[in-house]
Amino acid sequence: MSDTASPHGKGVRERLQHWLPKLVLSPSCVLILFFVYGFIAWTSYISFSDSGMMPDYAWAGLRQWSRLWSSWTWGIALHNIWVFGLLYIVSCTVLGLLLAILLDQRIRAEGALRTIYLYPMALSFIVTGTAWQWFLNPGLGLEKTMHDLGWESFSFNWLIDANMAIYTVVIAAVWQATGFVMAMFLAGLRGIDGEMIKAAQIDGAPAWKIYARIIIPQLRPVFLSAIVVLAHLAIKSFDLIVAMTGGGPGNATAVPATFMYSYAFSRNEMGIAAASAVFMLAVIAALIIPYLYSELREPRS
Amino acid sequence: MSVATSARAASSPGRRITLGRAILYALLLFFAVLYLLPLYVMLTTSFKPLAEIHQGNMLALPEQWTFAPWREAWGSACIGLECSGVHGYFFNSIKIVVPAVLISGLLGAFNGYVLTKWKFRGHKIVFGLILFSCFIPFQIILLPMARVLGILHLANSTSGLVLVHIVYGIGFTTLFFRNYYANFPDELVRAAQLDGAGFFTIFFRILLPASVPIIVVTIIWQFTNVWNDFLFGVSFASGDSAPITVALNNLVNSSTGVKAYNVNMAAAMVAAVPTLLVYILAGKYFLRGLMSGSVKG
Repeated sequence: MSDTASPHGKGVRERLQHWLPKLVLSPSCVLILFFVYGFIAWTSYISFSDSGMMPDYAWAGLRQWSRLWSSWTWGIALHNIWVFGLLYIVSCTVLGLLLAILLDQRIRAEGALRTIYLYPMALSFIVTGTAWQWFLNPGLGLEKTMHDLGWESFSFNWLIDANMAIYTVVIAAVWQATGFVMAMFLAGLRGIDGEMIKAAQIDGAPAWKIYARIIIPQLRPVFLSAIVVLAHLAIKSFDLIVAMTGGGPGNATAVPATFMYSYAFSRNEMGIAAASAVFMLAVIAALIIPYLYSELREPRS
Repeated sequence: MSVATSARAASSPGRRITLGRAILYALLLFFAVLYLLPLYVMLTTSFKPLAEIHQGNMLALPEQWTFAPWREAWGSACIGLECSGVHGYFFNSIKIVVPAVLISGLLGAFNGYVLTKWKFRGHKIVFGLILFSCFIPFQIILLPMARVLGILHLANSTSGLVLVHIVYGIGFTTLFFRNYYANFPDELVRAAQLDGAGFFTIFFRILLPASVPIIVVTIIWQFTNVWNDFLFGVSFASGDSAPITVALNNLVNSSTGVKAYNVNMAAAMVAAVPTLLVYILAGKYFLRGLMSGSVKG
């Protein structure tokens, strides 16, 4: 639209109007270029340098990367994020869709129920972690409550069991994010065209069949959005693990995000930390860039 | 459009309570209880004396209500070596949130305006580059940012965190406003241009007054994100300038002495109340904005 200015009437005012939009946009662009893309380049360089406690910009080739891949903890972190991410994404999607379908049956008090399902999203992961750490505390929490209620054999000590601790984090994370996924699916359900549904009903198709054959297939874009958002939340998960388990017992609940933080700020191994961060970015980029590309191209149709 | 909606519209409007409806409500209620339980336990625990926590049942209401844990959490609990509760950190968070939300929101509004109403060659690429910043794992910027904040003398200060939150908030605020303004009729902008209105006049007189819904969405989103941030806080402001989330974590996970669960829960509630309040008061506008498609992806 800025091109509508006539070519010969080039007063100062008009030229200013021509440049003004770009001028207004430029501070954000400069900030993003420096603090996002500049920093990505910077961290990538650190991962190929000799940096330990202090930055040392001597080129070290792949030394930090080979140290990263031979790290036992990094192996655990990768395994954990795989387990955590998969369970988190699948549980949130299934539960979110279920809640959305249940809420979409023209029920009473829909607003209140929606608010209840969604409120954990407003909480900080640190608050959620604190609450669930207490809730699942083997000595005083759920386990003791069940014993008090007469279920003497009930045992739930996952929080301090190295093999099970990661699942407690999954439970808390699912509790926190399901509401958001539900809201996305609910928006999707409300946007579906009713004609096909009516036609199927006239044909006497049962409700579950209508959902399975007509409605859920039409929610494909919502599935995609939900999975992308959840995957990126999972890879970024740091706060919840710090608050709930601190990465422990031992290293049992380490994930790449906590690995990077501890190598950067407590173990003073900047090079390894940078390499792990670059790896995280690469995984997310492989996921997000195709998604953004398709989302931004779409409006053409 | 749900199956039930059209089914009911088609059949008689009578309010029959069928077995299916009963199961439906039972399920909904079950999940509601499940979602409320942790909050309930947090709240009741924060009002119990410690002795009652050790003896009593987690799900029981306090036999003896006490506000002492709240007073202690707010004013005298020990975080590190300092024993003055979380109130200082609470105000730190406010000092961080207010400017960060306002400035990143304003920048996002301008960006969205330019990217939809003053398109230029390559505007899609610029938007893509800005948008990608929403999704980066922030671990990638921690090391350089710590260095830059040190050089700018902003390390361990709330101003430093304000800067960090503005920079990494721009992506989302730009996304919200761009998607909202994309649906704003171009004709109105063009008509104003023909009347001689300039860039800022059009923005402040025409677009901004029509932007209330998206402003609400942006403020809620940014407020929640910045208030709940932990990673930036713990990385760049560990001392007196730490935000409430960092203080809460230090309080709960410090291993000295007997664990005062009631004080921990009260402190967690203090950290949770502002975002909960915003959500309860304005959440329905957020949901409406979300449903109208202004928040995509």
